[in-house]
Amino acid sequence: MTLLETRSLTVHFSVKRGLTRRSADVVHAVDDVDLAIEAGQTLALVGESGSGKTTVAHAMLGLVKPTAGQVLYRGVDITRQGGKQRRGMARELQVVFQDPYSSLDPRMTVRDIIAEPLRVHERWKTQQLNDRIAQLLEMVGLGTQHLWRRPHEFSGGQCQRIAIARALAVEPRVIVLDEPTSSLDVSVQARVLTLLEDLQQRLDLAFLFIAHDLAVVASVADAVAVMYLGRIVEIGLAAAVLSHPLHPYAEALTASVPRPDPEERCTRAPLAGDVPSAIDPPSGCRFHPRCVCRTDLCSTEQPLLREMDGRLVACHTPGYAADIAPADLSASNQTTQHDAPGRPAGRRAAGVESPSRSAPARRASRP
Amino acid sequence: MAKLLDIRGLKLEFRSYRGVVKALDGVDLAVAPAEILGLVGESGCGKTITGMAVLGLLAKPQAQVTSGEILFKGDDLLKKSEGEMRALRGREISMVFQDPLASLNPVFTVGDQIARVIREHKGVSRSEALEATRSALSATGLPDHGGLLGSYPHQLSGGMRQRVCMAMAISCDSHLLIADEPTTALDVTIQMQILRLLIGLRDDRGVAQLLVTHNLGVAAQTCDQIAVMYAGQVVEQGPTIEVIKRPYHPYTTALYGCLPQGKLAADLSTIPGSVPDLIDPPAGCRFHPRCTHVQAECAAQKPALIDVGPGHQVACHWVGRLGVVPGERMHA
Amino acid sequence: MQLRRTPILGAWGGEWRSRHQSQFEESRYNLRVFGKDRLAAIGVCWVAFMILVAVAAPWIAPYPDQGRGASDVSERLQAPSRAHPFGTDPSGRDVLSRVIYGARIPLVIPAIVVAGVLLIGVPLGGIAGYFGGKVDEGIMRMTDVFLAFPSLIMAMALVAFLGPSLRNVAIALVITWWPWYTRLVRGMAVSLRQRPYVLAARTMGVSRWTIIRRHVLPNTVGPVIVQVTLDIGTVILEVAGLSFIGLGAQAPTADWGLMISEGRQYILSEWWICTFAGLAIFLLVLSYNLIGDGLRDVLDPRTKR
Repeated sequence: MTLLETRSLTVHFSVKRGLTRRSADVVHAVDDVDLAIEAGQTLALVGESGSGKTTVAHAMLGLVKPTAGQVLYRGVDITRQGGKQRRGMARELQVVFQDPYSSLDPRMTVRDIIAEPLRVHERWKTQQLNDRIAQLLEMVGLGTQHLWRRPHEFSGGQCQRIAIARALAVEPRVIVLDEPTSSLDVSVQARVLTLLEDLQQRLDLAFLFIAHDLAVVASVADAVAVMYLGRIVEIGLAAAVLSHPLHPYAEALTASVPRPDPEERCTRAPLAGDVPSAIDPPSGCRFHPRCVCRTDLCSTEQPLLREMDGRLVACHTPGYAADIAPADLSASNQTTQHDAPGRPAGRRAAGVESPSRSAPARRASRP
Repeated sequence: MAKLLDIRGLKLEFRSYRGVVKALDGVDLAVAPAEILGLVGESGCGKTITGMAVLGLLAKPQAQVTSGEILFKGDDLLKKSEGEMRALRGREISMVFQDPLASLNPVFTVGDQIARVIREHKGVSRSEALEATRSALSATGLPDHGGLLGSYPHQLSGGMRQRVCMAMAISCDSHLLIADEPTTALDVTIQMQILRLLIGLRDDRGVAQLLVTHNLGVAAQTCDQIAVMYAGQVVEQGPTIEVIKRPYHPYTTALYGCLPQGKLAADLSTIPGSVPDLIDPPAGCRFHPRCTHVQAECAAQKPALIDVGPGHQVACHWVGRLGVVPGERMHA
Repeated sequence: MQLRRTPILGAWGGEWRSRHQSQFEESRYNLRVFGKDRLAAIGVCWVAFMILVAVAAPWIAPYPDQGRGASDVSERLQAPSRAHPFGTDPSGRDVLSRVIYGARIPLVIPAIVVAGVLLIGVPLGGIAGYFGGKVDEGIMRMTDVFLAFPSLIMAMALVAFLGPSLRNVAIALVITWWPWYTRLVRGMAVSLRQRPYVLAARTMGVSRWTIIRRHVLPNTVGPVIVQVTLDIGTVILEVAGLSFIGLGAQAPTADWGLMISEGRQYILSEWWICTFAGLAIFLLVLSYNLIGDGLRDVLDPRTKR
């Protein structure tokens, strides 16, 4: 059953500039994103900086108002809801953030931190509250001796577990996890991931798991959506998308993950260039300036998500990136011609034109 | 083979408000010329401190080296004065850090910053410095046109900033580059570019590197040698393929079990316990409270490094008991 | 693991202690750090001493009536002597007693002013910073207007309008002072509202007012306290200044500023009338400044663990 979904979710931010504060630039953070999270399943949202994955999460949680599109929880559009209805829905949708320390108020004790969501929705008797908190702490592997401590007295992994306990307090159905283990050590990460897996089984939770570490994604996700510059480029079952991705960006992403195996030294050329600015995204397919198998069509027409090989891919030339012979190792040291010294929000580096307009399109070399 | 950097028995302490933190407990490391040594470990293991200690970047009154030596080309760096170290930094040994934005001065242009470093060390004219800047930038794969030289750090992307930092680091032809988590703050596709760059620096310019990282994948793909650290002690070191494929130390093998690569979350193993407080660390081998193969002498005596393979050494009493003969394959 | 079930009072007591356990430890550590700053410790000692003096005035002042205002014209303008260690003023009053009684004003009035300023300025800053948009604009423009006037002159005008008295001085200073704190807190609130724990609270459905009250404002305490201790010195000076020009304390009240004013014309010959009062002001303001510096070292998050 689909619990949480987005339809054509679009979020644009305007960057106000100048003395008169007239908005001059629009940041296209998220464009036309369709996602669906099923009960008891984990959907992973993968992408690098600028992909918009965090903005999607914030829009789903109601922290950001979408410019267009809908976020539906159990079929009800929650973007149009007022405070009281949102509060009712807030029970079922909770969040765990990336940085364990800044996601907990440093001035509050652990008990107050976990009690906060409980108090919002109901009035509790002190003893009942304490019992529930003790139960939650036990669920995440912490003890009541920690009740009165403050976040800075704990390790990162423990703080993250406190954050998870807080998220579980009101018995949610969906938890949005925004890079929950990115700032944790490998051994601590393993503990948190096994905890999450265990909790998902026991409590039938659905997760929206945002991450950039594909190895972690592979071990937790049922379905994966890959985002690039605000759009979904590939979405499907985790096994399919991660093991043989069709979209050139997804392919480059999976190939770029360094494998802890020196015998499997990656010899293919790294993906050239940098992520372009979201204020002035490339025309047509947003990935085309960095794509090795682009065609003329790619620079003019935005590809739509099409069903292919059991998943959805937004590409005019899907599946060819993997076939192109890996480039020579030495060539990877040069930045390729279409590398603009990245333009930050609103400013153009002097003398460099946008690559999507100046670089001639090349035909993909088809075997 | 004469080692370029040879750290012997380095012990380092920090004075903190709660007591004395025994951050490093007898670290032995060596980097050969034109070789990349990966220093791998989790947070708090002392890998960053080791890198900073080489360049003498730790605040003097709080951080104290209690014993050991850091030999660079045969000279003990710990015995050098601040002036001598300053001449060394950036020239013979340079360093790049994790956050390139914090490492660059926001009010000067990129070209300006690199040129200053060159002029500081080589004392050349402005035009010669400009030339050297250009060649350093192109060595790191950046276009050397005026547009880049005149840019400010905040105008560049993360990957480009890190390349600028590296250009600065190699601009005076250093022999050793210490890279402290250089790709942790970068996206994975950009990370791959930077790692290729590091390999290229080794191949084309013969720059030896000490690469500090917590990511085993990064170490496996980039380094020639790997040293694994835990709580201020080196527990295992050797050629990359040996340490990754034939690990002996219980911590190293446990760590591999925690890696999510190719496993479902339910199958991940964990290491019981937690990283010790270094103000009062466990005696002997600091991993022994969490070790599945703990022996009687582990709590009493710190294990010495013993040979278990070609160039492969492990500091573990249990491994010593196994009686491993170097060269004999114990692993399947 | 069961939580201890204790009787009502005991539970409350036990819980209160446990809850604040780590806060006690932190305070103890902070005190130690603060205590290491010699100058700040001296500042604290002097302020404590002044408070003691002010409270015990009726008992330690050699001529308490004169401290309160009674005059004895036969003894006027006496140089410091055994009978009058600080000499006497133009009305024959013992300067030492007047200095002792005068300690009450710079300790009480600034406290009232600060309380008023915090009550008005801090919540406004929190609201402006957290809500942003039009609310922020409105409040900030209002503070801009207030800050455009030179504060002391505005205070003078207000007191002159309301009528010279210490009460009106306090009111005027509150009115001229609150915008600074609004600005300070607003700046912090703007960055705090993006913190993940605030976002988490929003996701949980916590109301905006509760978020401001429970998450935003408590996290602005450190810099606000530092600012307060640094400002108290200035408040003392302004109170003394307004009394000096006759807008604050009225004769025969013992007030250091007023005493300086009374001794103005005698400064070259009968120096003791102004000097001791001036010295008292100087030492008190300096002490508060030293405390403020010491507190900054303690409360600055960057120098903490």
